[in-house]
Amino acid sequence: MPKNIVLCGVGGQGTVLASKLLAMAAMEADIPVMSAETIGMAQRGGSVFSHVRIGEGIHSPMIARNSADLIIGFEPGETVRMLPYLKDGGQVVTSTRAIKPVTATLSESAYEKEPMIDYLKKNVVNLTLIDAEKACSEIGSTKVLNMVLLGSALRTGALDFQTEDIERVMCQTLPEKFHDINLKALNYTK
Amino acid sequence: MHKEFLMGNAAIALGAIAAGVNVVAGYPGTPSTEVLETIAKKRTKDTYVEWSVNEKAALELAAGASYSGARTLVTMKQVGLNVASDPLMSLEYVGIKGGMVILVADDPGPISSQTEQDTRHFAAFSKLPCFDPSSAQEAYEMIQEAFELSEKYLTPVFLRPTTRVCHGYASLAVKDPEEYTVHTPDGFIKDSSRWVIFPRLSFANHKKIEARNKELSDVFSSYDKNRIYPATETFSAVKRGIASCGISFTYAMETMEETGMVRHFKVATPHPFPEKLALQFLEGLDEVLCLEELDPVIERELTYICGKYHLPVKVRGKLTGDTSNAGENTRDSVDTYIRTFLGLPLKVKEENDDIPPLPVRPPVLCAGCPHRASFYAVKKAMMGRKTIFCGDIGCYTLGNAMPLDMVDTCLCMGAGLNIAQGVEKVEPDTSCFAFVGDSTFFASAITGVVNAVYNQANMTLVVLDNSTTAMTGHQPHPGTGHTVMGEIVQKINIEQVLCGIGVKNIKTVNPLDHELAVATVKELADKAGVKAIIFKSPCIAVTKPDAPLSIDTASCIHCKKCIRELGCPAIAIDNSKITIDPSMCTGCGLCSQICPVHAIKGGARNA
Repeated sequence: MPKNIVLCGVGGQGTVLASKLLAMAAMEADIPVMSAETIGMAQRGGSVFSHVRIGEGIHSPMIARNSADLIIGFEPGETVRMLPYLKDGGQVVTSTRAIKPVTATLSESAYEKEPMIDYLKKNVVNLTLIDAEKACSEIGSTKVLNMVLLGSALRTGALDFQTEDIERVMCQTLPEKFHDINLKALNYTK
Repeated sequence: MHKEFLMGNAAIALGAIAAGVNVVAGYPGTPSTEVLETIAKKRTKDTYVEWSVNEKAALELAAGASYSGARTLVTMKQVGLNVASDPLMSLEYVGIKGGMVILVADDPGPISSQTEQDTRHFAAFSKLPCFDPSSAQEAYEMIQEAFELSEKYLTPVFLRPTTRVCHGYASLAVKDPEEYTVHTPDGFIKDSSRWVIFPRLSFANHKKIEARNKELSDVFSSYDKNRIYPATETFSAVKRGIASCGISFTYAMETMEETGMVRHFKVATPHPFPEKLALQFLEGLDEVLCLEELDPVIERELTYICGKYHLPVKVRGKLTGDTSNAGENTRDSVDTYIRTFLGLPLKVKEENDDIPPLPVRPPVLCAGCPHRASFYAVKKAMMGRKTIFCGDIGCYTLGNAMPLDMVDTCLCMGAGLNIAQGVEKVEPDTSCFAFVGDSTFFASAITGVVNAVYNQANMTLVVLDNSTTAMTGHQPHPGTGHTVMGEIVQKINIEQVLCGIGVKNIKTVNPLDHELAVATVKELADKAGVKAIIFKSPCIAVTKPDAPLSIDTASCIHCKKCIRELGCPAIAIDNSKITIDPSMCTGCGLCSQICPVHAIKGGARNA
């Protein structure tokens, strides 16, 4: 059975690189892989997602509801939005830092992270929460949330990859000056 | 051959390179843009690539190159084809010499487009063959086959992927450079009886085209990408079949991996329709379900074939209300259609009814976007006046969002200008504004300015010049001074263009200088005739940001004017304090200029 992964967040958060690294790890292992992502107007601060499918017998890059082995959420509200895609017993790794849309700021309609996290705790058995602010300040960069989440997701065992597999393809993809900080981020939750 | 992980659009690009494409031209538009960009990056040294000023120019350039024997590719999104339709309709009558593929990406949803138009209709309308890929791998092979077919039959050929094929990624087998076809153009050979369209030539060629398309229907019936998948054992006695195309084909295959397969017809060439293969598919069936996006093209073709051959088959789809006639198909919608059609139980969906209200995230202008400052300046300057703000296509369409609310109309590329002119004819007391981006200005607004000036319009043209084609990912255009091939060229100056047309009052202003921007709008708006303001400030994505601003909480009086009036995504309320997110703020300084108590500090302007 193919492994199905959903990555979700807000435009500009780095979901695309994370999904690309998963795909490259699959390529390295000579396993067929397909993915799909949001491109276009929604990237301007809208909800964005990537679907990644790894394994034999895939026809479509898109995932059906109730079939994701893993959801990697970059924002708690977006994780809740994508939860219908999670299959029974699937893993969820999510950042707990809420990103408030301009609309919420304008209308002062309260969008707070707590109800999202409570909902996730109630509905997801295999839930890993990541304090993004703490992680990024300890690592020393606001740009590494994707690696922190990805590293943590790998260690749930939902995928057939190890942290080292992603470390290797990350080093092939990113310029050398970014290797150390991203390696640190990948291993942050170890 | 080797394996690569490629976006559908990149696969199309590599396919074109492998086919020995010589000349590539297009205009950016989601979801087509990455095709040309990839070719520009990976081209062989003899390939010429350009972002043309619009789709019509791109197609005409390709026509000339193809007359001269070059293999050519033209790229655009579906609405771009409307712009290119004038040369397209005639080009089919004239024909070509070097193979020509016209890549038109359709956008079911629509996700990033004005319309849900279906290029398969344009193929039938213009009488061109059309290929419809269902995956990146298929698109890679198809474009190479399309070049062969184009050259064999001396006709342009459509390749029509949709968003999910364009933007889906897959690991696929591609050729090594040594395996590429090398195509050497033999040059233009004068022959006015071939290259000059006249009624007599059109009549003669029309007959040939119809005969050829009949032949192509047979050719396509044995084309291996048009394919009938036989029913598996579960459904071998069931007299039902499914016909599909594009991404919907892959969704159907996924579902039938679970349910077992009924007879399944994949249509890879919607025009000319592979009639003989369709007859084989229909043989012995009682009912057929068509799974396709946009218009019911396959459904109508099969209904027509059933009528023509008196087949007792009920064809279902959009026309019969069995599938949705608007919006894109999804894995789940197709799953439901198929299970309903086959009388299988639907997948149980446990809908949680206690989901907390989710944040709504409409796309917004980026933090620091100069368009925000431009719209805000016009809004302030014209406060209390009777106005209309005609928008256009680009990032700045997002100026319609609250709190700016500065786009009253938006129709198609370059339309805002003459729409403003039209409103003014009916409401002479309305101050009419048209906003147009720099790339759109060159693409299709210049003739609009000529029209407005010559016909004595009273209106204000606002050019939002951010020195790039921002929405589609920062492509160069005639105002940027460089080309996609990396050449540095002379910029075409918008102010000089307007001056040449005869616009008397033109001012170029930095919109981030709020006071000056407002004063300029006030000064020009009441002058007679067509006047122009060029708000010039680069897109934040193509410049280095300044240091972020911050709010001095001691002096902030929580009036929230910055939030209420600007809607900048970097400004938020956190624990009832107004804050600026330093990771988003680009230091544009607009908010600091409107803060009534000067509580917003930092940034180049305040340094």
